[in-house]
Amino acid sequence: MLADALLLQLGYNATLVAIGAGLLGVASGVAGTFLFLRKRALVSDAISHATLPGVGLAFVVMVAMGGEGRSLFGLLLGAGVSAAIGLLCVHWLTRRTRLGEDAAIGAVLSVFFGFGVVMLTVIQTMNAGRQAGLEGFLLGSTAGMLRSDAILLAVSAAAVLALVLILRRPLALAAFDPGYAEATGWSLPRIDLAMMGIVLVVTVVGLKVVGLILIVALLIVPAVTARFWTERADHVVIIAGVVGGLSGYVGAAVSATAPALPTGPIVVLVGFGIFLFSLLFSPRRGVLASVLTHLRYQRRVHVRQGLLALAQGQPIYEALTQRLLTRAGLILPDGVPTAEGQAAASKALLDETRWAIVRGDQAYALAATRYDGLTPIETVLTPDQLFEIDAKISAPEVVA
Amino acid sequence: MGAEFVALSLPPMVIGVLVAIACALPGNFLLLRRQALIGDAISHVVLPGIVVAFLLTGLVATGPMLLGAAGAAVIAVVAIEAVRRLGRIESGAAMGVIFTAMFAGGVLLLEQSDTSNVHLDVEHALYGNLESLIWLDATGWASLLDPVALAGLPVELSRMVLALIVIALFLWLFWRPLALSTFDEDFARGLGIRTGPLGLALVIMSAIAAVAAFDAVGSIIVIAMFICPPAAARMMTNRLGHQVAWSCLFAALAAVLGYVLAGYGPLWIGAGASVSAAGMIATVSGIILGVAAVAGPHRTRNS
Amino acid sequence: MNLTLVTDHDTDQAVRAASPLAVRGMTVSYGQTPAIFSVDMTLRTGAMTAIVGPNGAGKSTLLKAALGVITPLAGLVTVFGGAMADMRDRIAYVPQRTSVDWDFPVRVIDVVMMGMYRRLGLLGRIRGRHRALARDCLDRVGMTHFAHRQIGQLSGGQQQRVFLARALAQQADIYVLDEPFAGVDAATEKAIVAVLQGLRDAGKTVLAVHHDLATVPDYFDDVVLLNTQVVAAGPVADTFTEENLNAAYGGRLTTARADPESVAG
Ligand SMILES: Nc1ncnc2c1ncn2[C@@H]1O[C@H](COP(=O)(O)OP(=O)(O)OP(=O)(O)O)[C@@H](O)[C@H]1O
Ligand SMILES: [Mg+2]
Repeated sequence: MLADALLLQLGYNATLVAIGAGLLGVASGVAGTFLFLRKRALVSDAISHATLPGVGLAFVVMVAMGGEGRSLFGLLLGAGVSAAIGLLCVHWLTRRTRLGEDAAIGAVLSVFFGFGVVMLTVIQTMNAGRQAGLEGFLLGSTAGMLRSDAILLAVSAAAVLALVLILRRPLALAAFDPGYAEATGWSLPRIDLAMMGIVLVVTVVGLKVVGLILIVALLIVPAVTARFWTERADHVVIIAGVVGGLSGYVGAAVSATAPALPTGPIVVLVGFGIFLFSLLFSPRRGVLASVLTHLRYQRRVHVRQGLLALAQGQPIYEALTQRLLTRAGLILPDGVPTAEGQAAASKALLDETRWAIVRGDQAYALAATRYDGLTPIETVLTPDQLFEIDAKISAPEVVA
Repeated sequence: MGAEFVALSLPPMVIGVLVAIACALPGNFLLLRRQALIGDAISHVVLPGIVVAFLLTGLVATGPMLLGAAGAAVIAVVAIEAVRRLGRIESGAAMGVIFTAMFAGGVLLLEQSDTSNVHLDVEHALYGNLESLIWLDATGWASLLDPVALAGLPVELSRMVLALIVIALFLWLFWRPLALSTFDEDFARGLGIRTGPLGLALVIMSAIAAVAAFDAVGSIIVIAMFICPPAAARMMTNRLGHQVAWSCLFAALAAVLGYVLAGYGPLWIGAGASVSAAGMIATVSGIILGVAAVAGPHRTRNS
Repeated sequence: MNLTLVTDHDTDQAVRAASPLAVRGMTVSYGQTPAIFSVDMTLRTGAMTAIVGPNGAGKSTLLKAALGVITPLAGLVTVFGGAMADMRDRIAYVPQRTSVDWDFPVRVIDVVMMGMYRRLGLLGRIRGRHRALARDCLDRVGMTHFAHRQIGQLSGGQQQRVFLARALAQQADIYVLDEPFAGVDAATEKAIVAVLQGLRDAGKTVLAVHHDLATVPDYFDDVVLLNTQVVAAGPVADTFTEENLNAAYGGRLTTARADPESVAG
């Protein structure tokens, strides 16, 4: 069953939805990266919650105009309009009052959502409202979607993706190098506006798939995940697109296999799974790697400081230093250095003395930036340079 | 009128006010610490906590559910902090990752398990059911003095009173370190204040408010009350104590007005049934914030 | 300040016991490179000591680690020979301005009261004498008229004075200040220096990060030249030499200062 779903064997509608969700995932992964890099990830949360009153009002308006009120296009249009108003409110509160962006986001999302709930309860009292199915917008539901809606979803997802790809240059510029973007004549507020516009469109298209509470995950998780795997900006965008597409596609496909598997949560959990793996095991910034590196680093610092203290005949203050040196066979348990320890100590002191000269001399400014208290100097300087430096050490230190 | 009001409207209104104040109190410090959205995150993870508690114990009892929700809130906060520090991810993004994942997990568990015969669903978690918290034993204002009738008050009422007392006590006791570590963290640490655990304690207080309130009113009010009254209050004054007082006033006002508008508003305009009180309270708090943002004496940074 | 190499535990213990604030083997790292490495520092009672060094030298880091604001990778701190945790009442601290939330709803007078929070405890009543002390401290830095302003509505120099007043309200024995003269005008600088010298003359110990090399000899008794490590430390007359300065600033100083000869004067 699962294999069938992933291989698009579950029927025309499910296939359309899965492809649409995949495309939407790529688009939101890419768009979310720009948002994340501009440090405004949670603005999307305000946008998505602000869609609810629009959905409700659109339904009421369509019913009032004699329709059935369930046209997906109409509902999404309403969602887009009220989301835009919500976005404007966030913008206005941040610019015109002393509130920070986080407070503005929280205020807008809760108030708009609250008003949306009021609208939903109004609709429930209407005759047409009993089976409106608007709750599907909260958590996303693609089960039993109409053919026309599935087509609308797939087409608009493709359109959003195209839009993101067309605008990727200025977006990338604004995200990675705002200063340069301004200097080369781009207007940052405009680019930001375009970015928010794209996020808004992604949100609205994603409403029916992921739902308004969870759509924010589709924008944030891929970007955050990608950040673990690369330091290069353009690669972040690509990886985020892949992660987003994968979560959207796999999520929608899995959800099509059984009725009790709502689309939104599955999509989010697939993405979260990839994130969790990255958080733990990424070789650069992963938790495991960081912890190991930090412990190793701390040990190296202690050994080095201990050796310097030995070389200068100073006492060793910390028990950890003492333990590490003893374990490395550099000192005896009573604190007396072994022959090996003495050699290492004088080497460390010589290193430090040479470094001191390098760091005090403008001529070695570049090499001086490599100083970290641990790097042996001969890995940074040529033998000739070392010779020059040693000539400046007036009276070479001797270890007692 | 009196009897009906005391039995049907007074308890939900009082509970609404208690919830609003219990959330607004810690909300003041969250706002000042630029952690306003922590309230949002906490109220989302309450759902998975409750679902897990239900699945583990098999009962819809208050005790286990509150514990489950509180546990989920703490786990969420710790996870957000871990992602932020270990992954060097900005806190907004870290929040977004964690609370959506936990909420998604909760929804999935709920759908997968058989909860059809218990009152546990996503919509209830979001909007709560403030209107249903009625006091059947009340026969009029005199019932407020009648011990037998008082025993029939909704349990949510006493639970909220308790939560409010705990939160108020915490703020009263730790007012100085909280203010100091928010204003100037380095100085606070220099005085020996352990700002890390203190910040966590504040978040746990917020979680207590969210969890206690959640069952009665759902998470929308909770998020709105964490943010809107304190934000409006910040624009009314430049003194911390006054800000907290204003925020309590605004919170209570929003709760009462919102409840009244939800219950009687539709009748006034000739419509039939009432609308969601939780949603209306959130809406009113937004209107109060809007007014403060337009006319508050200290609404801008240099006022 | 004392840079004689101490060669055994007992002597060093005696030295540390006599010093208001002593740091040994302090290393702090924010990532994989140390911000400060193996720093030793011993303050002298009743002296004003400057920490001098280029941007990013680790000056703020050293202060924060010494006061326990951040956790060092390695290192030992003693205050009057005892542990920092037991001696916090004896230290007043003025952080670098960037650590403060200027938008916080608090008045100038309340900021000064914060200096008394340790003595007041969690719930201690604020009494008339506390208010009088706060007003007196504000008066000493010439800020009485601003007592009821919101802290963010002051100029940078005025804010700096208020923070000095808060440190005074701590009534400590050691005053640790991170760039107390950053962004203040000449008159304010003179006023702050006068207050600090008054403290010193009353037997208190002052440690300040300082950026203006020209005024070091006028203001301070001792100096620590820092650039990740301690380059030199001791009385200004012996330590504040061009050679040491060049070592600390990586030879970049000739462009920064017009007249290097006047430094050690
Ligand atoms: N919170 C931090 N995270 C990462 N790196 C930091 C942090 N604080 C300081 N650093 C780095 O540590 C080094 C020392 O910083 P520190 O603030 O102590 O310098 P400083 O001497 O006070 O400089 P300045 O004169 O500019 O105040 C710098 O290279 C800085 O980039
Ligand atoms: Mg500094």
